[in-house]
Amino acid sequence: MLVSNIEIIPGKTISKHLGMVQGNTVRAKHAGRDIMAGIKNIFGGELVGYTELLQEAREEATARMIQQATSIGANAVINVRFSTSSVTSGAAELFVYGTAVVID
Amino acid sequence: MFDLIVFVILVTLGYFFGRLAEQRHFKSIKQREHLYRSVLCFSSRFPPPNPTPVESTLVAGNVVISIDYFKRIAASLRGLLGGRISAYESLLERARREAILRMKKEAKFKGATSIFNVKLETSSITKGKNQQVGCVEVYAYGTALIPVNRG
Repeated sequence: MLVSNIEIIPGKTISKHLGMVQGNTVRAKHAGRDIMAGIKNIFGGELVGYTELLQEAREEATARMIQQATSIGANAVINVRFSTSSVTSGAAELFVYGTAVVID
Repeated sequence: MFDLIVFVILVTLGYFFGRLAEQRHFKSIKQREHLYRSVLCFSSRFPPPNPTPVESTLVAGNVVISIDYFKRIAASLRGLLGGRISAYESLLERARREAILRMKKEAKFKGATSIFNVKLETSSITKGKNQQVGCVEVYAYGTALIPVNRG
């Protein structure tokens, strides 16, 4: 599965457009990480726990999008965009969407 | 009285450790920017027509970074007067440069020479006490072009 955030795949031609595919996940913060983040908020610096949490969440959202693309017979997803929104305090939604295509 | 002592301790700790952490971070950013300068970043939507065959893949980098206590107090005081809040400016600059560096690191690991259509996304993760922004997340992503050697 080819994933790209530009509208063409260099050196390949798009033979069929299959429409939009999307994947999302809503993640809550973990209490232990929250305490660590509170301490880090005094000293400043990177919050490694949150960085990892969000990275994992994005990977999961991307995996769901790829699964959806595979089920409709696509072999590439182009023009991928990531988006983040906070649903309630303490939870974030990570959303990823793109266009499923068939390339040769 | 006790609250005041705690507050003063927190501000002092934030001032010294925050400054130290920021200086160290900027130094490391400069070093790594020099290291990954061979990977070119473009924000244009299309790569130029290229006669050499390339493969493309999505690369990304993210970072969550928090402001120290002293700067948060300084920023809230600045909020009363208005004007530039340099404490947050340097925080966001560090976060963006770090996210781009992590993206470049992934691209270099995959053997890419350039990254096209780089997008940066910024979001605030937590609202700290008194509804102030505690930390920001910056996510950088783009399409890396990897030259293919046929032969």
